[in-house]
Amino acid sequence: MRKQFGLGVSLAASVALLAACGGGSDPAETATTAETTGGGADGAELVVWSDAERAEAIESAAGQFEEDTGATVTVVQKNFEDLRADFLAQVPTGEGPDITVGAHDWLGEFVESGVVDTVDLGDRAGAFEQVTLDAFTYEGQLYAMPYAQESVALIQNTELVGEEAPATWDEMIQMATDAGFEERPFILYTNGPEGDMYTSYAFQTSFGAPVFTQDDAGSYTSEIGLGGENGLAYAQWLYDNGSAGTGYFTDTIDYDIGNELFATGESPFIVQGPWVIPTYTDAGIDVAVGPIPAAGGETASPFVGVQGFYLSAQSANALLATEFLTGYMASDDAQQALYEADPRIPALTAVAESAADDPIMAGFLASAQNGVPMPNIPEMGAVWEFWNPVQIALINGEDPDTVWPEMVSNIEGAIAE
Amino acid sequence: MSVTHEAGTRPESHARTWSGPGWGFIAKLVIMMVINAIGVLAIFSAYNAGSWVVLAVLVVLLAAADWIYFSRRALPLKYLYPGLVFLAVFQMFTLLYTGYVAFTNYGTGHLGSMEQAADAALIQAERRVEDSPTYPLAVVREDGELGFAITNDGVVSVGTAEDPLEPVSGAAIDDAGTPVQVPGWEVVPRAELFTDTALQERVVDLRVPVSDDAADGSIRTREGSSGAIYTSSLTWDPAAQTLTDTETGAVYSPDDRGSFVSPSGDRLAAGWYVPVGFDNFVRAFTDTAYAGPLLQVTLWTFAFGILTVLTSFGVGLLLAMIYNDSRVRGQKVLRTVLILPYAFPAFMSALLWRGMLNSEFGVINEWFFFGAGLDWLSDPWLAKFSILWVNLWLSYPYWFLVTTGALQALPTDVTEAARIDGAGRWRQFSSITLPLLMVSTAPLAIASFAFNFNNFTIIFMLTGGGPAFPGASVPLGATDILISAIYQISGVAGGRADYGLASALSIIVFIVIGIISALAFRQTRKLEEI
Repeated sequence: MRKQFGLGVSLAASVALLAACGGGSDPAETATTAETTGGGADGAELVVWSDAERAEAIESAAGQFEEDTGATVTVVQKNFEDLRADFLAQVPTGEGPDITVGAHDWLGEFVESGVVDTVDLGDRAGAFEQVTLDAFTYEGQLYAMPYAQESVALIQNTELVGEEAPATWDEMIQMATDAGFEERPFILYTNGPEGDMYTSYAFQTSFGAPVFTQDDAGSYTSEIGLGGENGLAYAQWLYDNGSAGTGYFTDTIDYDIGNELFATGESPFIVQGPWVIPTYTDAGIDVAVGPIPAAGGETASPFVGVQGFYLSAQSANALLATEFLTGYMASDDAQQALYEADPRIPALTAVAESAADDPIMAGFLASAQNGVPMPNIPEMGAVWEFWNPVQIALINGEDPDTVWPEMVSNIEGAIAE
Repeated sequence: MSVTHEAGTRPESHARTWSGPGWGFIAKLVIMMVINAIGVLAIFSAYNAGSWVVLAVLVVLLAAADWIYFSRRALPLKYLYPGLVFLAVFQMFTLLYTGYVAFTNYGTGHLGSMEQAADAALIQAERRVEDSPTYPLAVVREDGELGFAITNDGVVSVGTAEDPLEPVSGAAIDDAGTPVQVPGWEVVPRAELFTDTALQERVVDLRVPVSDDAADGSIRTREGSSGAIYTSSLTWDPAAQTLTDTETGAVYSPDDRGSFVSPSGDRLAAGWYVPVGFDNFVRAFTDTAYAGPLLQVTLWTFAFGILTVLTSFGVGLLLAMIYNDSRVRGQKVLRTVLILPYAFPAFMSALLWRGMLNSEFGVINEWFFFGAGLDWLSDPWLAKFSILWVNLWLSYPYWFLVTTGALQALPTDVTEAARIDGAGRWRQFSSITLPLLMVSTAPLAIASFAFNFNNFTIIFMLTGGGPAFPGASVPLGATDILISAIYQISGVAGGRADYGLASALSIIVFIVIGIISALAFRQTRKLEEI
């Protein structure tokens, strides 16, 4: 009897507690039903994943949208680095967002995993910088609405070498040597002994050796462009400036050491992205930013990284989400707000031009305009793993005629897998 | 529990003297109420989310909890149950799930279901006709049938999924050209479109052919206010589960690897995950590209684990014996200073050492090697040495602590007897102190080996596995141990992820460590026979 009594009491208590909890959770429940069945008067819910910098700008654009459509926009903040893996893992389970912020080099994996929908910017597409659209183009289809781009550029210490930007590698070395920096005229960031081809990619393209060839529509093909004579010429150039040659390049420069050397005036030139500028200006260095000088015969094109908004392939509110993206987030005002929230080169030409009033931003924009989008095909993952170590091998004086072709065949092997 | 002992009687069991619900019972009741409330809430959430497995597990766990804590027959379980639940949730689940993934091809390109892969293929195959203008568009309906009304050069045309676009007369358009009134059709207000999710989906899925010829393409809208002409090169047959290329006629059918493949061997990008049996395990052992580098990595993993334990144990013991001598002054202060490396987070120390070992700017070369520029981190052998050195620095304090304690617990009479018998210092140490010490420290040494076998932090933070094997066709390096090699191979860090292979490899590592530990523990039993 007592046992039954105990059970009864606990059951009654649970129900009472539940009722109390239930009171609180009622509105949430109606929201869920509204989302799944639609008919609710308070409209559907759009879930947008964003990093902390952009969340506020998205929310302010969402205000007008909510007013116009009666939908609610929920912005979920995540670390930028987590967005890729979380989006990949959660969209197939149906738990993913309708829209996420993301980088363009995730695209290949997203497409292959079938988690993103195509986006049609229609006539509005003409208002965006072409390179940002190319970046989000995969096999001829656009998969996201871009909002910002970034690339590395040549940063020089104006106190040491003046304002004038060097046009070629030799000219830059000459300027630095004249200023008394013959030992380290230029800082090549190599991420310590791990190698970093991202930062120095512009020098490679100046030899006419892109990683992958691009087709007419701007999409990357999986055909490798860094083999052949041009690639070898670049490898030879790395070797000639490494420990076996002039000694300008070492495998000792990691992010902090590179910034330290530049900020203390140990060397007048460095190639880095906009994110290092505060470090230098805080150290009291006057900098000028411009396009990267060519080491070979062609234009030095750095990688351009583009950020944009992806649309989930499994979104239950695809129409609403598209309306939000193309009708609201693509507007000049929303893009301006995004720029103000986190100053990167805007993808919208009009906003980019107004941002270019700032000479440093103009310098990075000029560099990006020379640039090519970083390949967004999944094969790129295989490239980094072989490409970066070879930079170190060449700097440390290994024979370019063996290590470079070996790398090319390894990359081809990994891609063919 | 309010238990009353009546004077003069022998103490009885709690059960017999129980006199109804006391404070203990009420406390239990409140706790169980909270647990039940949370449990029922979780069950409702699981129901709403449609996760039936989670729901079933929750129901079973909750019912079991209620039975255990309100039954009098399950006394031992009352103590064991919380532990068992945590074991199941935090250990067994991850273990079983890793085991499950190891037998699938879950990874980039194989993440969802077949239907999702087909959806993705259709999305990717549908393209806007290149010179198609953007038409102002309105969604219209009649008797539940949906259609589009578009304006082209001021002429409004209406069509549905079955009937191609036909111009209608008498329609009205607004300034932007959007049809606002179409005779015979009701224009669906935008507001309704935005609030009705089911309607939205129908509109997004609707394709209105431009003409009787399907090759001309169809109008689709993405946001409900403008349309453009699209053509799709694929059609999906849900019954046969095949995708057909309308241009080449090739039929893509599902294969047993979770991809749509055409008879000529073309594969569509998006796939789904399927069980692949022992394939991942077979690949780990037989893939020729992996075999050589993985063997080197395995040898280095064992060398690293064993050498780390030996060196840190040796240094720790040596220091412990020195500082255990009563003639040393300021023992406490010195001991505290000695265990400092232990107090730093390992990854911070590794980063610090990485900076100090920098061949050009690092203090190690500058202070101790007269700026000789030794490549501590980029020469294969020096990098291995650096790893061992830094790990020694990180882990000797642990052994210093452990052996200090063990030394102090050793009986002094045995050593004294040995001394009287004329044993020298070395003899005393090797025949008396060390064997006695091993009884208590050998199990710890095995645990330490198992830990270092998987010591990802030090490798990742100090060298990242580099320097890379020259010319190897897999991205592994001279200081990679198995666990960091798994991290590299799986592509979790970026690029293509292959969770199936990574899970299979980690299961292999788990088994290897399990066997080694079991064998080693069996050996340590012999030590106790001294």
